[in-house]
Amino acid sequence: MSEKLSEKAEEILEKLWMEVEEEGNVFTDLEKISLSPDEPVFRELTDLALIEVKEGRVALRPEGKEEGRKIVRRFRLAERLMMDVFNIRGEAAREKACQFEHLLNEGVDTKVCTLLNHPSTSPHGKPIPPGECCVEAQRSGNLGVVPLTELKPNEEGEIAYIQTEDNKKMQKLMAMGVLPGNCIRLKQTFPSYIFSVGFSEFAIDTSMAREIFVRR
Amino acid sequence: MLKFGKKPACIPSPDGACDCCRKVALVGNPNVGKSVLFNALTGAYVTVSNYPGTSVEVARGSVVINDVSCQIIDTPGMYSILPITEEERVAREILLHESPDVVLHVLDARNLERMLSMTIQLIEAGLPVVLVINIMDEAERMGISIDIPLLQEKLGIPVVGAAAAKKRGLPELKEIIVGYERSKRAIFGYGKRLEADLMEIIALMAGSYTISKKSLALLLLQRDEEVAGIVRETEGAEYAAIEEKVREKMFARRDSFHLELSLERKAVVKGLLDGVFHASANRTPVFGERLSGWAVRPLTGVPLLVAALYFGLYKFVGEFGAGTLVDFLEGTVLEGYFNPWMVSLVNKVVPWEILRELFVGEYGIITLGLRYAVGIILPIVTTFFLFFSILEDSGYFPRLALLVDRLFKKIGLTGRAVIPMVLGFGCDTMATMVTRTLETVRERVIATLLLALAIPCSAQLGVILALLSKFPGALAVWSACMLLIFLLVGLLASRVVPGESPMFYMELPPMRLPQLSNVLTKTYSRMQWYLIEILPLFILASVLLWLGKITNFFQTLVSWMQPVMAAIGLPKETAIAFIFGFFRRDYGAAGLYDLQTKGLLDARQLTVAAVTLTLFIPCIAQFLVMQKERGTKVAFAIGVFVSLLAFSSGYLLNEFLLLTGIL
Repeated sequence: MSEKLSEKAEEILEKLWMEVEEEGNVFTDLEKISLSPDEPVFRELTDLALIEVKEGRVALRPEGKEEGRKIVRRFRLAERLMMDVFNIRGEAAREKACQFEHLLNEGVDTKVCTLLNHPSTSPHGKPIPPGECCVEAQRSGNLGVVPLTELKPNEEGEIAYIQTEDNKKMQKLMAMGVLPGNCIRLKQTFPSYIFSVGFSEFAIDTSMAREIFVRR
Repeated sequence: MLKFGKKPACIPSPDGACDCCRKVALVGNPNVGKSVLFNALTGAYVTVSNYPGTSVEVARGSVVINDVSCQIIDTPGMYSILPITEEERVAREILLHESPDVVLHVLDARNLERMLSMTIQLIEAGLPVVLVINIMDEAERMGISIDIPLLQEKLGIPVVGAAAAKKRGLPELKEIIVGYERSKRAIFGYGKRLEADLMEIIALMAGSYTISKKSLALLLLQRDEEVAGIVRETEGAEYAAIEEKVREKMFARRDSFHLELSLERKAVVKGLLDGVFHASANRTPVFGERLSGWAVRPLTGVPLLVAALYFGLYKFVGEFGAGTLVDFLEGTVLEGYFNPWMVSLVNKVVPWEILRELFVGEYGIITLGLRYAVGIILPIVTTFFLFFSILEDSGYFPRLALLVDRLFKKIGLTGRAVIPMVLGFGCDTMATMVTRTLETVRERVIATLLLALAIPCSAQLGVILALLSKFPGALAVWSACMLLIFLLVGLLASRVVPGESPMFYMELPPMRLPQLSNVLTKTYSRMQWYLIEILPLFILASVLLWLGKITNFFQTLVSWMQPVMAAIGLPKETAIAFIFGFFRRDYGAAGLYDLQTKGLLDARQLTVAAVTLTLFIPCIAQFLVMQKERGTKVAFAIGVFVSLLAFSSGYLLNEFLLLTGIL
């Protein structure tokens, strides 16, 4: 897409894509997506051959479908970003996501997607259409970083980072040799987690194991 | 390792002179064999005392090496020069303020990579460090080889390979201690940015310090308030500029300074170990590792625990200690020979009946106090401490802790609390002291309460088991009551006592065959503590009981307690056991024993009395320690709660037994 769409046009395509792909209505009434033929946005979309209109009902052309998919992806990524990173929830999150999605183009979406570790669903449980970065991550077998609790007994991994609010706990873990880059081997998961780093063994509880993130 | 001190003593020396001698501080992680090395270096003349102003104990010993007298200080375990726990704070305090002539950093050869980070910190601080790579024997057995001369060259400090338990490396180490002189040392460089930041801070520091400014600057950046205090005091008005600079750097690195520093140090360690540390990959697990595997899995761990308790506690402490040994000491030696001889001696020497009563009467110091202390309590407590020390030295407790952690979380504790709880079966007073090793105040309060309430000490346990063993049903009811109340009160306390829920983490030292010398040393130091703490109390109790008897106050007290006794269905004579019980818990149980042999109690009454007495207010010694450790308010609250619960449980149990007619 060489030309940047207007925000209004993006919102129309978004609604239309959801109607077609998620509700299964190939043709949609113009009123349903509040579009009228005398608006400039109508001209914009038809001129770019993204939509076609037959007998007062509108359908997506293949180019429009592709564009709509990207827009929905950006919106749902924005929703995730609001919740996971900025900790904004509810109606406020929706509003901000609506404004934010328009900024997530020209590669910014790829960066946000990688930052969020290629999420597959929006906070409302709707699927996020995968982008090229997601496909690439899956192909390279990079399962990403998981908490220690996700490892199976006798599985090994490299410690990626420690995520804790408690500074002292962080220092204690580091003193035990739980340092990014070190190899960690999980030995047992019940009744407590037992892992070894180097030649030492440690036992920790579940809530502490959740804070150690391991690259498999 | 748990240690118990006497009264705080001043810095000791057998000959009284200490200022001129060499001060040698042992530092290092927990579980690397510091104490074993300490014992190997010092031999005799060891004093264990509270570090001034804290409740952390520090052992000091003197030794003469090649005509140089040395004072060896065994510091509490520390993981890093930046302290988190009170133990670590004390260890660093010694490094900062006592200016040792030699600092022996002891570490575990198998974990050289992890522990070398602290060596770097110590060298960086400008301390006179000698690196002792301990446990070499086990490391070699695991296929690890360490090029010590090369490491020594890289670090620029003396490095000794040792196996303290087998006295390997000791002569070499002693030579180094007396010949040590501060000389050249390696300098470790961090990344450019960190070095530049440190330089900016160091440039502002003008005063003189016991440790290097680079080390201080790093600690300031890690928000070490104690070090900030020292720098503030030394620099005076100039401190404001330093504070400002530190704040600026801290803000710039607010994301992950601790982590970055650890990674920088890790990189330094990796460089140091290049060509020094070799580990062969494949090896067969030794027996200790297989045993460890069984101990941590619920399916095999629980039977293992039951077996340990059956053979250790029931067979060894119960049958051998409380049975065979007590019969011999109390029955044969004291009652058969010593007491009759003492009675006739006192009767011959002392003309006054009242004074005779004090020594050899019904509650006499000799006939009651000494008889209980030496004849009954001593053998039971000795066998228990022996059992406990064997388990401790084998490395079993951390495994037990992780096994019960989930269960203990429900009653507001973590697996860590299993150590004071098990110790409580030996002596609740000592166990209450050990609760200070728990991390949060909330855990300490709950553990103190449960110890005061539902954990019978070994002496009490021994007598109660002997009492109730004649009625198997009574023993079952008593055990069920204790377990039920332990869990119920724990559940309740975890809801009521405020504070954060704790986290559980613990290092698992390798399991090994307990070493006789360690076991004996630990048992001995606990016995010593126990006798020093309790013997005076036994004598005091005898004196008070004697006073109570001659002034008739005792009789009055018994008559006051009569309605209470009647309410829980016990004969009035039982009141005596309860009054005894206040002086020593085990006294009370032994009092019941006397009543039972006189045939005054049936099975139901015996059970009710045993349950009530086990729950009833802790002995004086435990109460005093509770007050010292938890404060007067908490101690009194626990005391009142425990007494009320004890008698109401006794009442309910009596009604229940009468109603159902089980016993």
